Amino acid sequence: MTSYRHTIGQHNYIFQDLKDLMAKASPTRSGDYLAGLGAVNAQERVAAQMALAAVPLKFFLNDLVIPYESDEITRLIIDSHDAYAFETVSHLTVGDFRNWLLSDEADTAALHALSKGLTPEMVAAVSKIMRIQDLVIVSKKCEVISKFRSTIGLRGRLATRLQPNHPTDDAIGIAASIVDGLLNGAGDAVIGINPASDNVAQVTLLIKMLDDIIQQYQIPTQSCVLTHVTNTIMAIESGAPVDLVFQSITGTEAANRSFGIDLNLLSEARDAAISLKRGTVGNNVMYFETGQGSALSAQANFGVDQQTCEARAYAVARHFDPLLVNTVVGFIGPEYLYDSKQIIRAGLEDHFCGKLLDLPMGCDVCYTNHAEADQDDMDVLLTLLGVAGCNFIMGVPGADDIMLNYQTTSFHDALYARRVLGLKPAPEFEMWLRNMGIITDKEMITLSHELPNNFAKALQRLS
Amino acid sequence: MSSSDNKSLSITESPWAKLKQFTSARIALGRSGISLPTHEQLKFQLAHAQARDAVHYQLDASKLCSDLRQTFRLIHPEYIALQSAAIDRATYLKRPDYGKKLSPVSREALLNYSTQTKEALNTFDYDIAFVIVDGLSALAIETNALRFLQKACIDLQPEKFRIAPFCVVEQGRVAIGDEIGELLRTKLVVVMIGERPGLSSPDSMGIYLTWHPKAGLTDESRNCISNIRNGGLSDAEASMKLRYLVTQAHQRSLSGVALKDETSTTQILGSLNSFLIE
Repeated sequence: MTSYRHTIGQHNYIFQDLKDLMAKASPTRSGDYLAGLGAVNAQERVAAQMALAAVPLKFFLNDLVIPYESDEITRLIIDSHDAYAFETVSHLTVGDFRNWLLSDEADTAALHALSKGLTPEMVAAVSKIMRIQDLVIVSKKCEVISKFRSTIGLRGRLATRLQPNHPTDDAIGIAASIVDGLLNGAGDAVIGINPASDNVAQVTLLIKMLDDIIQQYQIPTQSCVLTHVTNTIMAIESGAPVDLVFQSITGTEAANRSFGIDLNLLSEARDAAISLKRGTVGNNVMYFETGQGSALSAQANFGVDQQTCEARAYAVARHFDPLLVNTVVGFIGPEYLYDSKQIIRAGLEDHFCGKLLDLPMGCDVCYTNHAEADQDDMDVLLTLLGVAGCNFIMGVPGADDIMLNYQTTSFHDALYARRVLGLKPAPEFEMWLRNMGIITDKEMITLSHELPNNFAKALQRLS
Repeated sequence: MSSSDNKSLSITESPWAKLKQFTSARIALGRSGISLPTHEQLKFQLAHAQARDAVHYQLDASKLCSDLRQTFRLIHPEYIALQSAAIDRATYLKRPDYGKKLSPVSREALLNYSTQTKEALNTFDYDIAFVIVDGLSALAIETNALRFLQKACIDLQPEKFRIAPFCVVEQGRVAIGDEIGELLRTKLVVVMIGERPGLSSPDSMGIYLTWHPKAGLTDESRNCISNIRNGGLSDAEASMKLRYLVTQAHQRSLSGVALKDETSTTQILGSLNSFLIE
């Protein structure tokens, strides 16, 4: 085990090992203090950042933060590392790597070509010495495209997950929120329900209902019911029309086991969904959710800081070629991300790390009522992510999720981001919105005043 | 507000407003351009303000204790006021581990209490202990706890349980019930706690049961009854669930994942023939 040192004036700072150095170099967040890992003061943090900047990227292939023998994610990271792709930057330190990422040499193609040569720990390390504008400018250079019935992640596009949750899974209540979302131009990334119940029979009914709606209105999007992967496998076995397989994942084997999953189970689920061949323009069938703090919350972080654990979750995600990876940044609560400053930075770090690892990153721009954050802060994060080229965000009616009891972005918020940044929905979905007469103007996203005929008919059925 | 008024106010109403009757989600809010109209914007701000104030609302523990004494004076006069190791709200929010354990003073007080009484009885002094905890919404406790406890005690009377003194805890999390239950030497602990305030539910109370409580247990050892509030789960429904779980826990000597709440019939989708499908 190598220790790391840095001297500032008379003070010699010593960091036990790479994970200690990474943790101390992390910008402040409550979860690292909860874990007892954070820097003792601001100067120690910068000393750690300076020491980290001097570490050669090559070291990350040998000095492993969680041992190879004891963790299947470490094995995945090391065994799938592409030494050839890594060559471009293999001679660089973390500090030089930041300069390279910011340089004009690192364009979209170069970043894409490099991605398989990078490990989560390398990207986590460089993110710790980057300012917000650095995270944004580099993320914006990445373009990660994924496809099922719509194409997500094209430059100049911002997709939304339509999240029509209802506290008792009431079919009409869910449908009401779906109408609200579609008529506000939302739903191109996925129509995804967090079910109130984990009962497989009920989950299957929800999957069927979403499929019926997508088919009847010929919506170029995909459905997902966000239940445990084992439930989705059972639903597939019973013949349910499953588009996407959902699972929450995190960055250590032990923490994933506490979620009731491992790599084999995810493989099995992916194979099952692919065998249904339900995609039309592509076959990316996985939808993953992540979030800083989840490994610590499962008491399985092994002394690794929460942002590095989060980046390790992306190694799991990229192994399964997902359609969507969503960092649910502010959901976990203030013991991990205390306030808006921490939430905003974490959201941008996650988006940056995911994009460098070639993942179709989206972000649930969100907060809970016990965090020091409000709507203004979400506007800031949403705008920054929009500028950074985030693939997708959430859309719930009025920013208020009545099932999960937290606030995320609304349909109105997505329209705001699209309008101020000149972003459009996924192309297939944009075409549908125009054909339906839901949006009118060609250049700027503008909603129609009229109800589309088939939705008007549906509303008539109610009276 | 009529649509002609709204037109003059630059608001476009959503032509699907009649769907509002089917969900409490904030649908059909209308728009100014593509943005939220003023009245909806301010309604949201008020709901958030209520939730924020609920998080920071201080439990009036001495008032709750005297109300308990007054209400239960004939059948069950004893109560114990306790504090967690989190000294204030900011610490509580950052350090959930502190909220899960008693302050040294409170632990000492409870230890003394149980040593005084245990000589007379054998292994377990009580069948059930009710622990009332502020959690993330003291407002939920102030609004619901006493009323619910009355109903629950009436419903549980036929079981003739030995009930421990009521405990009232400030700055506590669910798991603090395990330490308290262990020190009280109760077979079962029932924690009543203020849940994380939602935007439309700042006053929701949750109940957690743990069989053979002891410090260090985790969530899979518990059963939960959630969303007890006006407009949520009623006292009668919650008390029925509680009685079921409490009696089952005593009969089967367990709680948690192995004990399913079979009182709730599988939730049925409101209607499969959603209006969207022809």
